Amino acid sequence: MFKIVRKNILGPEIVQMEIEAKNIAPVAKPGQFVILIVHEKGERIPLTIADRDNDLITIVFQVVGKTTTLLAKLAEGDFLCNVVGPLGNPTDIETFGRVICVGGGIGIAPVYPIARALKKKGNEVISIIGYRSKDYVFWEEKIRSASHRVIVTTNDGSYGFKGFVTDALKEMLNEHIDRVFTIGPTIMMREVSKLTKERNIKTVASLNSLMVCGMGMCGTCRVRVGGETKFTCFDGPDFDGHLVDFDELIKRLDTYKEEERISLETLRKEIQI
Amino acid sequence: MKLIKEQIPMKEQPPEVRKKNFEEVPLGYTKEEAILEASRCIQCPVHPCVSGCPVHVDIPAFIKAIKEDKLQSAIDIMNETNLLPGVTGRICPQEDQCQALCVVGKVGDPVSIGRLERYIADWEFNKNQGKKRVSISKIDPTGRSVALIGSGPASLSCSVDLVKMGYSATIFEAFHKGGGVLTYGIPEFRLPKRIVNYEICFLQELGVSFVFDFLVGRTATIEDLFKRGFSAVFIGSGAGAPQFMRIEGENLDGIYSANEYLTRVNLMKAFKFPEFDTPIKKGKRVAVIGGGNVAMDAARTSLRMGAEHVYLIYRRSRNEMPARVEEVVHAEEEGIEFMLLTNPVKYIGDEKGFVKQVECLRMTLGEEDASGRKRPVPIEGSEFRIDIDQAIVAIGTLPNPIISITTPGLSIGRQGEILADADGNTSIKGVFAGGDIVTGSATVITAMGAGRTAAASIDRYLKEGS
Ligand SMILES: Cc1cc2nc3c(=O)[nH]c(=O)nc-3n(C[C@H](O)[C@H](O)[C@H](O)COP(=O)(O)OP(=O)(O)OC[C@H]3O[C@@H](n4cnc5c(N)ncnc54)[C@H](O)[C@@H]3O)c2cc1C
Ligand SMILES: Cc1cc2nc3c(=O)[nH]c(=O)nc-3n(C[C@H](O)[C@H](O)[C@H](O)COP(=O)(O)OP(=O)(O)OC[C@H]3O[C@@H](n4cnc5c(N)ncnc54)[C@H](O)[C@@H]3O)c2cc1C
Repeated sequence: MFKIVRKNILGPEIVQMEIEAKNIAPVAKPGQFVILIVHEKGERIPLTIADRDNDLITIVFQVVGKTTTLLAKLAEGDFLCNVVGPLGNPTDIETFGRVICVGGGIGIAPVYPIARALKKKGNEVISIIGYRSKDYVFWEEKIRSASHRVIVTTNDGSYGFKGFVTDALKEMLNEHIDRVFTIGPTIMMREVSKLTKERNIKTVASLNSLMVCGMGMCGTCRVRVGGETKFTCFDGPDFDGHLVDFDELIKRLDTYKEEERISLETLRKEIQI
Repeated sequence: MKLIKEQIPMKEQPPEVRKKNFEEVPLGYTKEEAILEASRCIQCPVHPCVSGCPVHVDIPAFIKAIKEDKLQSAIDIMNETNLLPGVTGRICPQEDQCQALCVVGKVGDPVSIGRLERYIADWEFNKNQGKKRVSISKIDPTGRSVALIGSGPASLSCSVDLVKMGYSATIFEAFHKGGGVLTYGIPEFRLPKRIVNYEICFLQELGVSFVFDFLVGRTATIEDLFKRGFSAVFIGSGAGAPQFMRIEGENLDGIYSANEYLTRVNLMKAFKFPEFDTPIKKGKRVAVIGGGNVAMDAARTSLRMGAEHVYLIYRRSRNEMPARVEEVVHAEEEGIEFMLLTNPVKYIGDEKGFVKQVECLRMTLGEEDASGRKRPVPIEGSEFRIDIDQAIVAIGTLPNPIISITTPGLSIGRQGEILADADGNTSIKGVFAGGDIVTGSATVITAMGAGRTAAASIDRYLKEGS
């Protein structure tokens, strides 16, 4: 059922796949994600639907642990065990006026459908996208096609502006901005939200908590938002960045650090044999 | 023959052994034991046991067949009303249902109906070597199809009846495996998954289709299902949304909902990590909050995951515990430490964000509340702390909300339950509901009963169009 139709390597450890998902592709909206299982004994991992086309969904992922390593090893024509979706609430797309989309690293892929939808709705879309260095740059053209203005940053200055997305954002905030959308590493989203809070600009952050079920029945993905516990999969993944307890989220993301290390090491040994 | 006053005991794995493995605890009756237990039934003319059973199994008849060692006819009698005796024989709260009303129980122990039920189910399982091939008489296909949401006991039993009536039945399940709580919630040592799989394979053989990885409300709405050609929809989506106490520190690392903990272990097989990829924390000092079946399952599972101390923290006394008696006894035998009349008020974490202590208050019992149970009242100034490295919150679950919020016109009750009448009719024509999504957390057998009732209503609706 879930055939990998196309696979592209976008950069170091960054992989794009188009997957056949007849039930999901036609109804997926920007901001939604899938949960997939790679093999019989596999775990369930969430990945954002970064694009769709007829019966195909596009995912872009970074190889960070066992499951993404196994996923990256699959080839065109291979099948995934399971894909369920679209999960989560779609991003709230309205005509806000002038908006900024801030994407960092792998988070730039899920920013794309949101920026595109915002542009289509008549917003003036400014995208700030940050990569580690030139080698990591991907989807720049797609983001350009979905935005009116684009600022590219790299940490080492090997491409675009040198610095973090927050450096670029700081300058942009001198203009009138109606809303900010941010997807990327949790620390980045925290810093973006701090900056915009100072100026009272509503900011939507798309959270990446750990997750198991994706339908609100396990509570793995709980986050604190405005003092209340919410489930990222069911109530989110978009939340008001000014209300999210990012520090708690960062700690929760590290719950299984030790187990993730064991998983990856075991896999590496297996692959070598 | 003189009446044997005590139930024939069922052999069990000894507590010291079983608390280190995930194998089933009670081992089943031998033929001799079963016949002896069956002969304790006096075949009384009123058979109150039948009215104590939510699906009205013809209990005296199947017990009589066991006594005569006619096991095929015993299973046939059972299957007329209950297609999952391997499940219900193991996990029904018989002491509150059929066995509570048993006449023999007035002079001694009631007949162990549950164990006899399990006996014939296991006999059939073994006879068929784990693959059931029973041909049921189907009437001519009507050409109409029904969509069922969720693959728990409510939908399973509903689908069988529909297929028997000649409808095509398609079950849509959000998870990648079927069975609902039977698969993701109840642990292997209480309900081996081979039994659930056996029943699901059987349903597939009967012609029920299963579509996994399909979350109704997100993948498609109920309205979409009608557009896809289904003539009626049954909602059996269960009560799976976990509740938390909303106390300080509840989001610290190492604190799980029972659903998360059990799903990781049962559905995702985290107890075999790293052979299976899903990780779980192996707590050494575990606090389980709650006093129901779910709490017992979580406590006993964490013991098997290697915990040295498992504290079961419950705010009322033992008499008020909603868990099945057998589970409470088993938990105690295995060394679960019961801390009754105790209620957590906050969790304390270490610098990395992992839980390291739980602070509790002692309670006393006051007046009876609406449920007829004595209300727990905190004793002021009785705070004390327990060192823990894991906590599992099992204080109940609510109906899953995804369907109710994505189905305009569906009437919902105060707790998020779908409102349905005794026949399973909801506020929308052609949409039926049953099981935990209607009643809130209840039992497997009531969910199965509701599924059957709804199947009959769906049949009427599709025939009469009303
Ligand atoms: C709603 C949602 C959408 C997501 N979309 C994407 C996406 O489009 N592309 C993508 O590459 N990733 C995405 N993620 C993150 C992705 O799910 C994880 O990277 C993946 O589960 C890692 O699995 P693994 O077994 O390879 O690594 P693991 O062994 O689980 O983890 C390895 C390392 O990655 C970190 N990590 C694990 N899970 C997460 C996470 N959820 N967020 C951040 N870091 C994590 C761990 O802390 C660890 O350091 C999304 C997460 C959520 C909740
Ligand atoms: C740990 C535990 C122990 C228990 N022990 C006992 C016991 O000993 N005895 C007893 O009688 N009862 C016990 N129960 C209660 C019993 O399991 C439930 O009452 C029963 O399973 C309810 O059946 P159901 O069919 O209504 O729903 P469930 O079994 O909850 O099944 C619902 C299914 O629907 C799926 N679903 C939900 N939403 C959607 C959607 N939108 N689209 C598609 N699929 C969806 C879910 O994934 C799930 O698989 C226990 C429950 C738990 C959690």
